[in-house]
Amino acid sequence: MSGLRGAASIAGAGTYGLGEAPGQSELEITAGAVKAALDDAGLKAADVDGVFCASMTYNMGSLTLCEYLGIAPRFSDSSMIGGSSSLAHLLTAMMAIATGQCDVALVAYGSNQRSVSGRLVSTSRPDPFESPYGPRQPITSYALAASRHMHEYGTTREQLAEVATAARAWAAMNPDAFLRDPLSIGDVLNARPISDPFTVRDCCLVTDGGGAVILTSPERARDLKRPPVPMLGGAMAHWHRAITNMPDLTVTAASESGPRAYAMAGVSVEDIDLVQVYDAFTINTVVFLEDLGFCAKGEGGAFVENGAIAPGGRLVVNTNGGGLSCCHPGMYGIFPLIEAVRQLRGDCGERQQPNPEIALAHGNGGLFSSQVTLILGTDGTL
Amino acid sequence: MPADTAAPGPEQAYFDALADGRFMLQHCGACGESVFYPRALCPHCGADALTWREASGRGTVHATSVVRRRPEQGPPYNVALIDLEEGPRMMSRVETVAPEAVRIGMAVTAVVDRSGDDPVVVFHPAGGGA
Repeated sequence: MSGLRGAASIAGAGTYGLGEAPGQSELEITAGAVKAALDDAGLKAADVDGVFCASMTYNMGSLTLCEYLGIAPRFSDSSMIGGSSSLAHLLTAMMAIATGQCDVALVAYGSNQRSVSGRLVSTSRPDPFESPYGPRQPITSYALAASRHMHEYGTTREQLAEVATAARAWAAMNPDAFLRDPLSIGDVLNARPISDPFTVRDCCLVTDGGGAVILTSPERARDLKRPPVPMLGGAMAHWHRAITNMPDLTVTAASESGPRAYAMAGVSVEDIDLVQVYDAFTINTVVFLEDLGFCAKGEGGAFVENGAIAPGGRLVVNTNGGGLSCCHPGMYGIFPLIEAVRQLRGDCGERQQPNPEIALAHGNGGLFSSQVTLILGTDGTL
Repeated sequence: MPADTAAPGPEQAYFDALADGRFMLQHCGACGESVFYPRALCPHCGADALTWREASGRGTVHATSVVRRRPEQGPPYNVALIDLEEGPRMMSRVETVAPEAVRIGMAVTAVVDRSGDDPVVVFHPAGGGA
């Protein structure tokens, strides 16, 4: 265990504009999520003195959001490492609270990219060594990784499709999810092909939406409205940016961030009651279940077969429906975190799990690049 | 102009050579590794002792995908990762065979295609098929 275990607790969480929010600006969506998270915690914007925000539109996200909300923070961070940014912000916020840099941290993200562009937005300079070949990014990068997993381990298209059908079955129990109609393995395989081996149903949604969480000291969190959710462990790692430079296309840096987060939290895989991982593509869930230790490398395909991660399966995974069926407003990382918080507090209605105590939220960024693993608990686990 | 930036940087030098039809890799005089994409410092050991060598052009398909488009946007095309004989991996495409016929493990040979606006390294199946 490390000194940071339990250094901060999540006191509030909120979402806004999930799915389609036409006529809403990015900042209006983000502000809606901030209001929901502050109301959830019973706090006001004036109580916030640390702000963490990455944006796909504003390269100085925390400056933009602070000005918009009228917050003059003591500490802020706009670090952008792709879709895992919000989870990395939780880790930094935990350190900032532990060292007195701030007392109440707001981590927020929002996007209106479905309504504005209808496609995933990239703000990076085109890679001169990849863009001449026309990869449809980020899809083709993950498709290349999937081709390698299928080649090395015999992972099948049907096994990948199981990830999508399980996510959809969970989404059917989540009124906030964007796609809730039944989905079969055949539907996934016969959907519009995008970049082999993926069809459109192997790929995350493009939606609008925002999410925000409030983090503070465990003592202060206990005095607020909702049951606190302590941060028991957290770790990040990245080994590459472009898929070409991923050392092994079947192993992500989650195999490093996961064990370090478990060590900080003092937990093992068997202690984890539910798992919320960033499923940008069906291969992600397979690889993350391997890299985070829920099955051996190469066995992820077999692990998810026969509804094993669908409701009633052997492992509780992505209960909100994930990026595949719930929402994916450009960067999804804050949403698996919020779902983990809601499950630990018992907020999840029809899909609520019975008394979970330890949850894992895992964020992925770039092209299987940046990996951040957080372990959350109930106050009783501190 | 300061003397140490008088010559083009490695990225520009790579594309200048490619425009002349030559596919060049960097070689590190300190650790002996080959380097692609071209860099100012060796990513293996940090040395700045990188010199140019012409690539052998021999490679193996490491991963492959076919990008599908709506018919009005054009035919499907291949995108592959190629392991070069010298060690580095690069993104490219395999031509002269159907995009879905490209297989992991297939031996391929580099060709500098200068037919478009910008020169580009593509690959053909080794031992013919070109």
